[in-house]
Amino acid sequence: MRETVLEIAHLQISFTQYSRGMRRVELPVIRDLDVEVKEGEMVAVVGSSGSGKSLLAHGVLGILPYNASMKGNILYRGEPLSAERVQRLRGREIVLVPQSLSYLDPLRKVGWQIRRGRKEERVRKKLRELFRRYHLEEAVEEQYPFELSGGMSRRILVSTAMMEEPRLVIADEPTPGLDLKLAKRVMEHFRELADQGAGVLVITHDLELALETADKVVIFYAGTTVEEALCSDFTAEESLRHPYTKALWRALPQHGFQALEGNQPYVKDLPPGCPFFPRCPLRSEACREEVPYRRVRGGRVRCCAFFESPNKEI
Amino acid sequence: MRIMKSWGFYAGKQLLRMLLLMGAVSMVTFFLMKASPVDPLQANVGQAALGTMSQEQVEKLRAYWGTDLPPVQQYVSWAKDFVQGEMGTSLLYRRPVESVIGEKLENSLFLLFFAWVFSGILGITLGVLAGMYRGSILDKGIKGYCILIAATPAFWLALLLLLFFGVWLKVLPIGFSVPIGMEAADVTFFDRMRHAILPILTLSFTGVSNITLHTREKMIDIMESDYMLFARARGETTWEMFWNHGFRNVLLPALTLQFASISEIFGGSVLVEQVFSYPGMGQAAVAAGLGSDLPLLMAVTMISALFVFGGNLTADLLYHIVDPRIRRSKAAL
Repeated sequence: MRETVLEIAHLQISFTQYSRGMRRVELPVIRDLDVEVKEGEMVAVVGSSGSGKSLLAHGVLGILPYNASMKGNILYRGEPLSAERVQRLRGREIVLVPQSLSYLDPLRKVGWQIRRGRKEERVRKKLRELFRRYHLEEAVEEQYPFELSGGMSRRILVSTAMMEEPRLVIADEPTPGLDLKLAKRVMEHFRELADQGAGVLVITHDLELALETADKVVIFYAGTTVEEALCSDFTAEESLRHPYTKALWRALPQHGFQALEGNQPYVKDLPPGCPFFPRCPLRSEACREEVPYRRVRGGRVRCCAFFESPNKEI
Repeated sequence: MRIMKSWGFYAGKQLLRMLLLMGAVSMVTFFLMKASPVDPLQANVGQAALGTMSQEQVEKLRAYWGTDLPPVQQYVSWAKDFVQGEMGTSLLYRRPVESVIGEKLENSLFLLFFAWVFSGILGITLGVLAGMYRGSILDKGIKGYCILIAATPAFWLALLLLLFFGVWLKVLPIGFSVPIGMEAADVTFFDRMRHAILPILTLSFTGVSNITLHTREKMIDIMESDYMLFARARGETTWEMFWNHGFRNVLLPALTLQFASISEIFGGSVLVEQVFSYPGMGQAAVAAGLGSDLPLLMAVTMISALFVFGGNLTADLLYHIVDPRIRRSKAAL
C-alpha cells in the first residue's frame, strides 16, 4: 500500500480586497479544492490560465501573501500540515519547482543558488551529478540567471528541487513558453521524480501534456475541483465523469477540437452551487445547491447530474 | 580586445560629457554673474574708496581688472586661462584662487565626507529595516521621520542644533572650523572634529531622508519579488533571505543613489556652512557671489560641478562593475 503524501480537502483560499468606499471584500479564488497525491504518483491539477492554480502551491507551502487567507485541511503523510510544520519541511521534504527564472536571485550565480550556498564536497558532488543527468555543462554553475536559455532554465529549476531529498514535489506551471518537445522533456523529468518515489503535484494548464506523463488528472474549474480521473479514463469520453471534463476531451485536437461556448465565470460573480451551472447541458435545479465531491469508478466527481442518473449517457 | 575597445569608447563618451557639462555650467554661471547688479569694483574696492578716486583712476582699474571688456571676450579669456590651469586671482582674498580653493576644499571635504558616509550608512540601514518590516511601527516611525526631515530646511535644523548644543548646553562650539584665537599649528584633529560635529549632523540628518525612502521602496519591491518568495519556499528564514538575496539586491541601487546624492550634500553644505560660519567651499561660494568675485565663484562652481559629475560617474561605473547583467553583456557599454 503506497502512502498518501499529500491530502488536501475543502481547501479555500481567499483574498481580502478593498473595493469602492473601503468596503472589505473577500475574493475566494480557490473555493473548494480536493487533491490527493501518493508516493510515486504524479498528479496534474489542470485548469485554465489565470484561474488561481498557483495559489494552491503557495498555500501548501505556507507562503501566501499577507492579504490571503486559507481554510480547509491539508494532511502531509497523514498528519496536519501546520504552519510550523511546513516551515520545517519546506525546502527539505516539500519542494517547489517555480514557474520561471524570475524565482532566482538575479545577482547570484546559478550554482550557488542550487546549492543554497552550501559548500561541502557532498553537496558539490550531488550538483555535478545532477548537471550530468540534466545535460547541463559545468560552466553553467558560474552563470547568472539572465544568461540561461528557456530550456536550460527549467532544468536548473528542477535541479533546485533535486538537490534535496524531496518526498513531495510541487511544480507550478513548469511548461509555458516552451515548445512541445522541450515541454515534454520537462514533464518527463517530473515523471522520473515520481518513479523514484516522490509524490509529484504538477499544476498546469496543458491537459494534453499532463495526460501523457501523469497518473491522475484533477480538473480545476472556477475555483473548484470538478473531477479527478485516471489518465487512462481519457481514452474514451464515456469513462469520464463531469460534463466539463467531457467538454475538455472534445476540445482536444484528436477528438474534434470543439470548443465549449462561453467563459469561466469570474470569482466575483460566481453562481451559488455548481460553478459550471451556466454552461452545463445537463443542469437542473438541484445544481443550485452545494454539490458534494464523490468517489466514482476509481476517480472523483462533483456533479449532481451524474448521481441522478449514473447510468445515463452524459 | 573587444572589452578594451568598449572601455575606451566609454571613457571617451564620459570625457565628452564632462567637457560639455563644464562648458555649459561655466557659461551659465558667468553670464548670470554678468547679469548680477553687484558691481565688482564697488564690492571689492569699497564705496568710500571708489568715491575718492578720480574718473580716470576708476577707468584704469576697470581696464586692469578687465571689467570694461565685452562679456563674451571676458568669458573667452577666462576659459583660456582656466583650461591652462590658471584660475586667476580672487578679488576678495587678494590671493590666487587655487590657494583659496585648496584651503576651503580641504575644510569642506572633511565635512562632506563624514556627512556623506553617515547619511549613507544610516539611510541604507533605516531604509532596509523599514522595507523589510513594512507596515510595522518601526516602518511608520522611520517613514514619519523621513517625511518630517524632508520638509525641514537644512539651515533651520542647523540653527536648532546650534541653539541646543552650542548655546544652551554649551558642549559644542557655535561655529568655525578651529578654536578661535588658536595658533594653526596647535590645532589638533580632535579640535577640528569637535567643530565639524554640528555641521556633519545637520547634513547627515537632512541627507538621510531621501536615501532612506528610496531604499525602503526598493526593499519593498525586493521583498515582494518572486526570488524572495522562492527563498522562503526553500525554507530560508527572514534573516537568511535578507543576507543571501535582499542585501545584494538593495545595495546596488542604494549605493548608486548615494553617489548621485553627492550633489545634494554639496548643495546643502552651502547653507549649513553659512550658519556655522564654517570656512568651506559653500561659504566661499556665498561670499564670492555676494562680493562679485568672479574668478573665485567660477572656480568654486567648476569644482562643485566636477564633484557632482564624479559622483554620478561613480554610480554609473558601479553598475558596470558590480551588476553581472551589465558586466557580462558586451553591448551595455
